[in-house]
Amino acid sequence: MAERPEDLNLPNAVITRIIKEALPDGVNISKEARSAISRAASVFVLYATSCANNFAMKGKRKTLNASDVLSAMEEMEFQRFVTPLKEALEEQKKKDKDKKTDSEEPDEQDEDNDEDEERLEEEEQNEEEEVDN
Amino acid sequence: MADLVVGKDKCGEQRLVSLPLSRIRVIMKSSPEVSSINQEALVLTAKATELFVQYLATYSYRHGSGKEKKALTYSDLSHTAEESETFQFLADILPKKILASKYLKMLKEKREDDEEEENDNNGDSDDDEAES
Repeated sequence: MAERPEDLNLPNAVITRIIKEALPDGVNISKEARSAISRAASVFVLYATSCANNFAMKGKRKTLNASDVLSAMEEMEFQRFVTPLKEALEEQKKKDKDKKTDSEEPDEQDEDNDEDEERLEEEEQNEEEEVDN
Repeated sequence: MADLVVGKDKCGEQRLVSLPLSRIRVIMKSSPEVSSINQEALVLTAKATELFVQYLATYSYRHGSGKEKKALTYSDLSHTAEESETFQFLADILPKKILASKYLKMLKEKREDDEEEENDNNGDSDDDEAES
């Protein structure tokens, strides 16, 4: 499957926001720096995926799961991420549980499910707001 | 730094992840050995990427020269990639920049070295043997 180059990049607006929120007020970020961080983020995803996949293969599984990703973080020396990630996972589970009690939707924990399409729509709306400065 | 990055979607509901999952999945799937990705793994990878962006930005800012100028520059980032072991995997995509004039000079010197070698090989010498 051929991906267009821009598909492997993350939206500028979101990356910029994350950077701005992390740095002290009033700090400027050059366009080059922003683009570099964006590229780095894509590489990070690839590296994390590859690492997580090794753990899945070791467990003789074809599907990457949460523990594979957490193990990958430790392997990549990003242990500092493990606790916040676990917290996010708990939050997500709680939200999904609440959603389920509201609707009759079946539990979808597997890949390529409809939840993504929901997010896709929301995401695409956000991307339209992107402005390059 | 362990703060969760939250965003709000159009319903005003707090979202745990700002980066689009669809895009994250495209990148993950571009990896040849990966067959399938479970939803939790996708969310965690997206969240981890956000944490990574924050970490890379703050680390580079703190350790870079940009602190005096109140700015984060490309060289702060490439410096991080080179100096920090944690970020070393980024060294290839964040190379240090050199002046074009310096690079051209390097090219010229290399060319001269190569030419010199060639001349030595072609020269008349009894002891001359083809180098492997």
